[in-house]
Amino acid sequence: MPDYAWPDQEHRTLIGKRITRVDSPVKVSGQAKYTYDVHRPGMLYGKVLRCPYAHAKVVSIDTSAAERMPGVKAVEIVQKPNANIHWAGDDVVAVAAVDEPTAEDAIRAIQVEYQKLPHLVSDAEPPQGATQEEGPLSMNDIDDLLDNQVPNRQIVEKIQQYGVTEKPTEDKLKSFKSSGANDAVLNALREATVHPEAASRPKSNYEKAAAQTVGDPDKAMAEAEVVSEGLYGVPVITHCCLESHGTISEWPDADHLLTHISTQNVSGIPGQMAEPLAIPASNIHVHQDHVGGGFGSKFSPDRWGIFTAQISKKAQGKPVRIMLERDAELEVAGARPSAYARVKVGAKRDGTLVAWQSESWGTGGPGGGGMPPIPYVFTIPHQRKEHTAIRNNIGPARAWRAPNHPQAAVLTMCALDDLAAKLNMDPVEFFGKNLDITKPRQDIYREELGIAANLMGWNEKWHPRAQNRSGNITRGVGLSLHTWGGRGHNSDCDLTLHPDGSVDLKLGSQDLGTGTRTCILIVAADTLGVPMDAIQLEIGDTTYPPSGGSGGSTTIGGVSSSTRRAAVDARDLLFAKVAPTLDAQPDQLECVNGRVGVKGDSHRSLSWKEACAKLGAMPITVRGTNPDRTKPPDLTNSGVGGVQMAEVEVDTDTGIVKVEKMVAVQDCGLVIDLKTAESQCYGALIMGISYSLFEEKVMDPTTGRMLNANLEFYRLAGFNDIPELVVHMMTGKGYDERGVIGLGEPPVVSPGAAISNAVANAIGVRVPFLPLTPDRVLAALGQKAGA
Amino acid sequence: MDDDDPNLKHPSDKQDNSGVSRRDFLKISGISVAVPLVAGPQAVMAAGQQVPVYGPGKVPMEFTINGKVHKASLEPRVTLLDALRDQFELTGAKRVCDRAECGSCTVLVENKPVYACSVLAIEAQHKAITTVESLMQAGKLHPLQQAFVENDASQCGFCTPGFVVACKSLLDKHPHPTPEDIRRGLSGNLCRCGTYAGIRQAMAQLSQKGA
Repeated sequence: MPDYAWPDQEHRTLIGKRITRVDSPVKVSGQAKYTYDVHRPGMLYGKVLRCPYAHAKVVSIDTSAAERMPGVKAVEIVQKPNANIHWAGDDVVAVAAVDEPTAEDAIRAIQVEYQKLPHLVSDAEPPQGATQEEGPLSMNDIDDLLDNQVPNRQIVEKIQQYGVTEKPTEDKLKSFKSSGANDAVLNALREATVHPEAASRPKSNYEKAAAQTVGDPDKAMAEAEVVSEGLYGVPVITHCCLESHGTISEWPDADHLLTHISTQNVSGIPGQMAEPLAIPASNIHVHQDHVGGGFGSKFSPDRWGIFTAQISKKAQGKPVRIMLERDAELEVAGARPSAYARVKVGAKRDGTLVAWQSESWGTGGPGGGGMPPIPYVFTIPHQRKEHTAIRNNIGPARAWRAPNHPQAAVLTMCALDDLAAKLNMDPVEFFGKNLDITKPRQDIYREELGIAANLMGWNEKWHPRAQNRSGNITRGVGLSLHTWGGRGHNSDCDLTLHPDGSVDLKLGSQDLGTGTRTCILIVAADTLGVPMDAIQLEIGDTTYPPSGGSGGSTTIGGVSSSTRRAAVDARDLLFAKVAPTLDAQPDQLECVNGRVGVKGDSHRSLSWKEACAKLGAMPITVRGTNPDRTKPPDLTNSGVGGVQMAEVEVDTDTGIVKVEKMVAVQDCGLVIDLKTAESQCYGALIMGISYSLFEEKVMDPTTGRMLNANLEFYRLAGFNDIPELVVHMMTGKGYDERGVIGLGEPPVVSPGAAISNAVANAIGVRVPFLPLTPDRVLAALGQKAGA
Repeated sequence: MDDDDPNLKHPSDKQDNSGVSRRDFLKISGISVAVPLVAGPQAVMAAGQQVPVYGPGKVPMEFTINGKVHKASLEPRVTLLDALRDQFELTGAKRVCDRAECGSCTVLVENKPVYACSVLAIEAQHKAITTVESLMQAGKLHPLQQAFVENDASQCGFCTPGFVVACKSLLDKHPHPTPEDIRRGLSGNLCRCGTYAGIRQAMAQLSQKGA
């Protein structure tokens, strides 16, 4: 059996080293082509007319003037009269024209009449008694769930749990299917329990989404020696990918579609487009070279992606491009659910955590949303948790880098930090004392907590809350812990050795800027003993073997494992061909520094090129797969731990918070490329500063629209906001042998809680909600002064 | 086509328009005279002066980009950014915010950094336009680009060309920028992946060496 295991430290030439990103040169020179940059011959420019109301019914649409305009090639009504619209900015009509200005003119020429309906865009605490138990689903509910793009899996769960109010007709099932329901949903509907009496139940915007009890929380809370109560929360924020969502679709012939799309999920796109377009997935060719950010928002072709294909068909198959405008990108193309909670947490006087109680709420838009995993990281023995999901009209939510974890970190780590303050304990000591209930990662956290404290200079900087005030400028430090899964996804790759010594490697993956290309080449080159630039890597195309979507930090584990297996197999096939020439057995051979030779005998070797010439006339291709139980060991793993610390300076006159320093200590098993791994952490800290201090999707209760759908008022952290950043990757013994684990998400989890805790340490009072804007800081200071 | 009748451009006439787009603003803040659909300029009296009026149809334009002359027939409302990207295949400058906030479209006009999304193409005629594509010479990266590569100053890379041009302009002015110069000089560009740390390191390295 070939040895697929990761080489140990002495036998690695590239893995774990600090290797420069391979696609940097094309990015810094402007040559990298993103979907937005693709200019297909004869390409038409699409624009979308969007609904200005948060909740409305389409009454009538008149597109005749637009259709008559010179240069307009196709008009597609996306939502016909009688369609219900559930958020402002939803697509109503799309047009394609010879250039962008003409398409804009055409959009302006379309007349749509709407019937406005009442909307809710607030995610404030649910009024007393408003929360409704979830119940059986009506056929309208199913329509809404599909309209709102709730994942099929979740719809099935709801149907199975609550039943339906009536038995769906076959016609109704057909219409669900055309709205995106898969067979699992249709089967669940056919088999669902029917509760006709529930049909008359009025619908509330507030729905009980979770209620859980662990142990005996009442008794434990009553017996706790110190109890802290507080209010915490994070608002809805957006993904704000700099390359907006978008697609260019064309029909080379009547049955085949070519789609360029900005996506995190190249291999997964055809399967999602096939049904709405009524063509086989095998007839859909998807291509993408580079993607300008995704952060969890780019897994689906989206409705606009589907209609670029439909419009293209109307326009004789010509390429049709729709890239979202910035306002649409922020309004409809991705939001992170909010989460707020009233938390009560109890401990013994020595700091041992005993009880947790939380009433939480939040919104993920029309779909409601679930409870974040609280209490986070710490499995407090006695817990009572209730969560209300607010269904409202702010637009759909999408997975945002480490879904639900940043929210859980704020709700948990801020509550625990307040408890530590009440106990008069240094948070490092308090969190450290409770690490036993962070199993199975308690040892990792303990080691990381010590390293982080050193790198931050915690012992010199920490002080009891607000005891370090001199004048209006005050400083503080705070910390947070986080975790994530990150096991490698399914990935296939094809590695080909050519008789002339060239090597190519193909897989339908994508590089989001995380360094995926670089890491694949590091693994292949390290295994084959050739330089990275001797291997031609092709990714981002559905003609290559399928590789999973880049979500959940699953990419690095998946692609590195499939690549390792392919490269080991290719190397062993080469050894078998070369062994006779070198008068050796295949298992005596090694490839190092571009030579294939006998281990320990430098006289018996061939150059890589000479060795490959022994392959004969034909190249050989091997397929690497992850997971692959026939080729052990498991090369990827799940479960990481990280500790972050923040130091802030707060001006108590203006309320302005400035982050002065951040420290990230992170484990992710075996690091493939230390350089791009560290960059992930630097980037996550910066993104974390951005959502901690600035970001919020602000909704106008009157119009129901987003007030800051632009980059002036939806603020991202800029150069001036970036403090001293320290990143420490946990590597070596105890970490490397765990295998490769994902890193994209975990380091973005903790900044919100760490920064909020640092501000509380600085000013002596909790600012309940992120972002920590001057008005919120001053309000919290005012309350403290008034108390 | 009555699209350029300024009376129709008022946002309140448009049920789907909650705000004035940049293009609309450029138009309504222009000269309020109805003009016929012709290609060449027409002279009209405005504020007591004869001024040429172009459009609303396409007019021939000529640009000097990276030292080369480019010609195109464009509507006067087309921005320099869209002309570069859609007409001349110079896609290094990116369209992100499309309203002079994020700097992803930064190019040099007469050696000054500008947001190409907020300059009309017609006004950029006969000026020296420099884009990120010109920095690489004979297949070799500019030292500034090399420093970006070494310090891993790009992730998804969508903001990178704008940052490179902004850095080039900063270094032209201050070959040895202080951290304060760097902060101020690059505050007009935004990144979502969080590559500021790498860019800061690249600039610090160049500041020592001089670029």
